[in-house]
Amino acid sequence: MFVELNNLLNTTPDRAEQGKLTLLCDAKTDGSFLVHHFLSFYLKANCKVCFVALIQSFSHYSIVGQKLGVSLTMARERGQLVFLEGLKSAVDVVFQAQKEPHPLQFLREANAGNLKPLFEFVREALKPVDSGEARWTYPVLLVDDLSVLLSLGMGAVAVLDFIHYCRATVCWELKASILYLMQGNMVVLVHDSGDAEDEENDILLNGLSHQSHLILRAEGLATGFCRDVHGQLRILWRRPSQPAVHRDQSFTYQYKIQDKSVSFFAKGMSPAVL
Amino acid sequence: MAAVATCGSVAASTGSAVATASKSNVTSFQRRGPRASVTNDSGPRLVSIAGTRPSVRNGQLLVSTGLPALDQLLGGGLAVGTVLLIEEDKYNIYSPLLFKYFLAEGIVNGHTLLVASAKEDPANILQELPAPLLDDKCKKEFDEDVYNHKTPESNIKMKIAWRYQLLPKMEQIGPVSSSRFGHYYDASKRMPQELIEASNWHGFFLPEKISSTLKVEPCSLTPGYTKLLQFIQNIIYEEGFDGSNPQKKQRNILRIGIQNLGSPLWGDDICCAENGGNSHSLTKFLYVLRGLLRTSLSACIITMPTHLIQNKAIIARVTTLSDVVVGLESFIGSERETNPLYKDYHGLIHIRQIPRLNNLICDESDVKDLAFKLKRKLFTIERLHLPPDLSDTVSRSSKMDLAESAKRLGPGCGMMAGGKKHLDF
Repeated sequence: MFVELNNLLNTTPDRAEQGKLTLLCDAKTDGSFLVHHFLSFYLKANCKVCFVALIQSFSHYSIVGQKLGVSLTMARERGQLVFLEGLKSAVDVVFQAQKEPHPLQFLREANAGNLKPLFEFVREALKPVDSGEARWTYPVLLVDDLSVLLSLGMGAVAVLDFIHYCRATVCWELKASILYLMQGNMVVLVHDSGDAEDEENDILLNGLSHQSHLILRAEGLATGFCRDVHGQLRILWRRPSQPAVHRDQSFTYQYKIQDKSVSFFAKGMSPAVL
Repeated sequence: MAAVATCGSVAASTGSAVATASKSNVTSFQRRGPRASVTNDSGPRLVSIAGTRPSVRNGQLLVSTGLPALDQLLGGGLAVGTVLLIEEDKYNIYSPLLFKYFLAEGIVNGHTLLVASAKEDPANILQELPAPLLDDKCKKEFDEDVYNHKTPESNIKMKIAWRYQLLPKMEQIGPVSSSRFGHYYDASKRMPQELIEASNWHGFFLPEKISSTLKVEPCSLTPGYTKLLQFIQNIIYEEGFDGSNPQKKQRNILRIGIQNLGSPLWGDDICCAENGGNSHSLTKFLYVLRGLLRTSLSACIITMPTHLIQNKAIIARVTTLSDVVVGLESFIGSERETNPLYKDYHGLIHIRQIPRLNNLICDESDVKDLAFKLKRKLFTIERLHLPPDLSDTVSRSSKMDLAESAKRLGPGCGMMAGGKKHLDF
């Protein structure tokens, strides 16, 4: 969790907003540091996290998590973190016939229509446990990253359906016995292909941008590579359900990634330049 | 101490996967800090593999790509468990060289090779590997090693210290200091036959395998890719690169080389049609390959004719699914061949992507304009610079030509903004 980013977003693990969809987007740079931030943020906020990690292995997130002060192995052991390691599961699915439906079942099929098994996995993982005591504050779904699903043969519409179903389950869920709204959060990462003319990706990105409450967009600098400023972060707050009475707030900061933290500064105010 | 003792590499996932599989397994990779899972060992045992070294930044295990200059640009070497994607140059002249350097490095270090091609028989590819340039001391070591491979280990009876005969042979503990990391190769000579025969290699030649009746799980990839994935997975499993075979004493690296992936010879039509039926085959293949590599001690080089791929979106997806992406652009046949700016070089090399593994940052080099040239013996990568102006009469017109052509360099060159007139000091 990057303290400076918390200050910019005006949140702390204790009083984070609930029922929100956050979209992380990166264009011409690597936005994975935002995923690490939110993962450690929600683990520190004592939430039940379901992490669908499609692009990197568990040890990668675990080692970076240790630098940011959370232990993923311990979180997994005590049940706070449900981790779907996409790479390992893909190898299992492709090389061995599975008896029960597997979250990544679509890899075996030529024209898989939807991501239903994956949604079932998420719903099962974030189901509130009937133990009586509320151990975790609220459920969180984290996906890294959605553009990989497009590369694996799913259409943009299927991915949008999956996000819609997940939102309906995670962000608003009624429990039958106790009628209360368990409002969870969702954080997804999508790559912006820029001028690569990836239509499916553009559909997905536009569709998600309209649904999300908070958009964090990491971009490379327009002038090219710089040693001291690694990129620019655009923060956009939205209220998708209300009419556009309030103007959406947008801030832009530049950042530099260090070994264990990320420092943010206003445009042109990099400590190296001043 | 930190660099040697901590090898919390990408293949630490091997450690966790292995540790859950069988507790009595010895893994050669250590995570930083205390180990979460306990093995039956008394303490941490560091066994290092020939030809690898831990990264300076985070202790990850690296192998050499065969070109020390490229290793330096990638931050020390290629991490074990990752894919190096080479975007081929237009006429496929220089990318096979990088491919062969990678394989030659594997032979010199004693790694196992897996060569896959749809165009050439892997045995022929191995015959054409460049010979290593060894100085005399290394050469003697080499000849001894090769000799030892051929003769079976005869138990020389110890006369004086006969008690030591009963002890098992020591594994090499600590960093491997005798063998270098990254060798130079002589492109004009061939690798000696004994070295090739002494090495352990597996070949996958598509025309042979496509007709075989190897039992293959149904998958939605093109048959060529499915067979290749099955082959790779078999080798990894049978030879224990994923830690599944605990009897293996000596750990080794598997170097996988796949040539011309995505070309029509593999049965894929992304180079022929813009929206073919198999547009997801290649990306699915790369995804499953990434999964296989991340859970085993292997490194992979793939050459791909990306300039032929019609759909630009696929190139972007392929780049995301690979770890290191290096693009080659040769000057042959282009207008740049006669450009005085580029007269010393054969082409440009672009490092398009470097992975951030186990880390928030990566070792990106500051130099963005790199060029390569193939001298008679060596393949060198250098920073692109303007040639010195050594003409007797320094005329204005020649300087104008250079300034014009220098305008075409990338923005990271460090030259002043181009314009027609320049200041003459």
